[in-house]
Amino acid sequence: MNIVVCIKQVPDTTEIKIDPVKNTLIRQGVPSIMNPFDKNALETALQLKDAYGGKVVAIAMGPQQAKAVLREAISMGADEGYLVTDRAFGGSDTYATSYILSQAIEKLGPFDVIMGGKQAIDGDTGQTAPSIAEHLGATRLTYVLDLKAEGDKVIARRQVEEGIEVIETKFPVLCTATKESNKPRYATVSRKLYSLRCDIPELTIADFPDIDTTKIGLKGSPTKVKATFTPKRTATGVNIEGNSPAEMAGSLIDKLAEAKVL
Amino acid sequence: MSLLYTDEQKELLAMVREMAENEIKPYVQEADEKGECPRELFDWGFKMGLHMLEIPEEYGGTGLSYETTAMIFEELAKVDAGYAISFVTSFVALRNVILAGTPEQGKYFADVVKPGRFAAFALTEPNAGSDPGAMRATAVKDGDDYILNGNKTFITNGALASIMVGFFKTSPEKGNRGISAFIVDADAPGITIGKHENKMGLRLSNTTDVTFENVRVKASAMLGEEGSGFKLALNALNLSRAFVATMAVGIMQRALDESVKYAKERKQFGEPIINFQMVQQMLADMAIKIEASRCLVNNTMRMMDNGSLVRKEGSITKTFVSDCAQEVTSNAVQIFGGYGYSKEYPVEKLMRDCKVFQIFEGANQVQRMTIAGELNREYK
Repeated sequence: MNIVVCIKQVPDTTEIKIDPVKNTLIRQGVPSIMNPFDKNALETALQLKDAYGGKVVAIAMGPQQAKAVLREAISMGADEGYLVTDRAFGGSDTYATSYILSQAIEKLGPFDVIMGGKQAIDGDTGQTAPSIAEHLGATRLTYVLDLKAEGDKVIARRQVEEGIEVIETKFPVLCTATKESNKPRYATVSRKLYSLRCDIPELTIADFPDIDTTKIGLKGSPTKVKATFTPKRTATGVNIEGNSPAEMAGSLIDKLAEAKVL
Repeated sequence: MSLLYTDEQKELLAMVREMAENEIKPYVQEADEKGECPRELFDWGFKMGLHMLEIPEEYGGTGLSYETTAMIFEELAKVDAGYAISFVTSFVALRNVILAGTPEQGKYFADVVKPGRFAAFALTEPNAGSDPGAMRATAVKDGDDYILNGNKTFITNGALASIMVGFFKTSPEKGNRGISAFIVDADAPGITIGKHENKMGLRLSNTTDVTFENVRVKASAMLGEEGSGFKLALNALNLSRAFVATMAVGIMQRALDESVKYAKERKQFGEPIINFQMVQQMLADMAIKIEASRCLVNNTMRMMDNGSLVRKEGSITKTFVSDCAQEVTSNAVQIFGGYGYSKEYPVEKLMRDCKVFQIFEGANQVQRMTIAGELNREYK
């Protein structure tokens, strides 16, 4: 089973700084990490490789420093890492990014499974990975807890609001992973050493002669950020404490009655 | 941090730190109390490959330098030195195989350890501690085999090890020149593991007696030539003695980390106690001793990486660092005051853990005799 994992390098902070002119994130001076949900996606990929064999390829789009997350992926067990990087790709929104990544996946593939995190902790859109599925015509499965293969069929368990949904479909699939999917493994010493010494090939625009240049970069991005702000918290919650569920339900009803909701 | 770490070393240390902080640290207090480390905790170390660090690449190991390996074990010892020493002890046994063994013996040893197993080093006997020449265990030739008999004591990893390097007298009449070393499978018939020592510190480390009763090994299990065991043990111990000091540095660093944090939080007379000069002096002296110790260990490791047997330097390193550790951890308890004396706080354990560093791998008094002996030789 060949699996590609899309990984994003994100700033390691909850304190987000915004460029007041471009309305984009300021990344300088903030330590960078692998997007935590992508780490879950990588773990899912590695577990599939452990179970079915094949290889795991990690790809990331970004500047040179994003190679660090690819090296980390290799240290955890990914076989190869590719950095998709070009000035022409800069400023891409989720639509353009997903288009460029889908081109890279087609070039490096074919793959049976495309993995990504459910969202990145910086932009929080959750759009890029699912959009890749649209570009590639793959089945899109979000919030996947785990998946297994039965012949050419895939059986996936999805975390949905009401519980767990079990889906049967066919390869190729694009899946996004969540925190609940697994606990990502640690690197091993020998893989870590290899990851720091190995070559991380780059894919630039020259590697995609047929790419539609109207769909890439800032100009190919339909999204325009008009304003970014932190919403003010307007209401505070109330913790209801008690020794038993019945007691807590009782005090909830009292409070609702007090507020004349009941 | 006093050392100039390479990017590679920084990455390795960060990786080990994250694992040890998340997976080991939360369980240390309970394991210390029980005097036993659960296998699941060791498995985190095995999965990361900590048991392969010092095994040469030609035997499938990582083949890291002593310098980098020591840094990694300092990091682990910050979380628990008993946990760290369980892995280090496998390398104590390994060093004998590297120094005196054939490539086949090296490969055999590595293959046993590789899947996630420990090794042990069986030298000490009830009446042969600092004076290993007084050992009574014997190896008697019987055709192509040797028959091993004897009682070994204070064997680290005794009940955990799958393979041991043991020392036995092949010619008791020849004294020190009559000792030979053997690789022994721990499950060989005739080996009995005694009860686990209820120790003052390093309580996550397993320590037992090991009794050999008519244990049969092939003559090919002998390391080096017959009668070369005493010299081998001394050479291997020089390296191991210097190496264990890195864990005492880890214990001290933890003691300082905890002490500074506490001194900034703890208020008396209306202000944090770190504002008081008496406390400042204690913290500063702790930091001085730690920096000096770390640099000393690092230099000795680099000498070992260059092939030196560090006969004098190993003794100097172990003695200086373990004496510093005693003072530093004692002062950590002092800074914590009454809370430092309580097992609810982490520093009393550090004081217990580091005491043995003045005792094992040759007591510090014996180390000073060795250092003076070397000086006497040098200034002829």
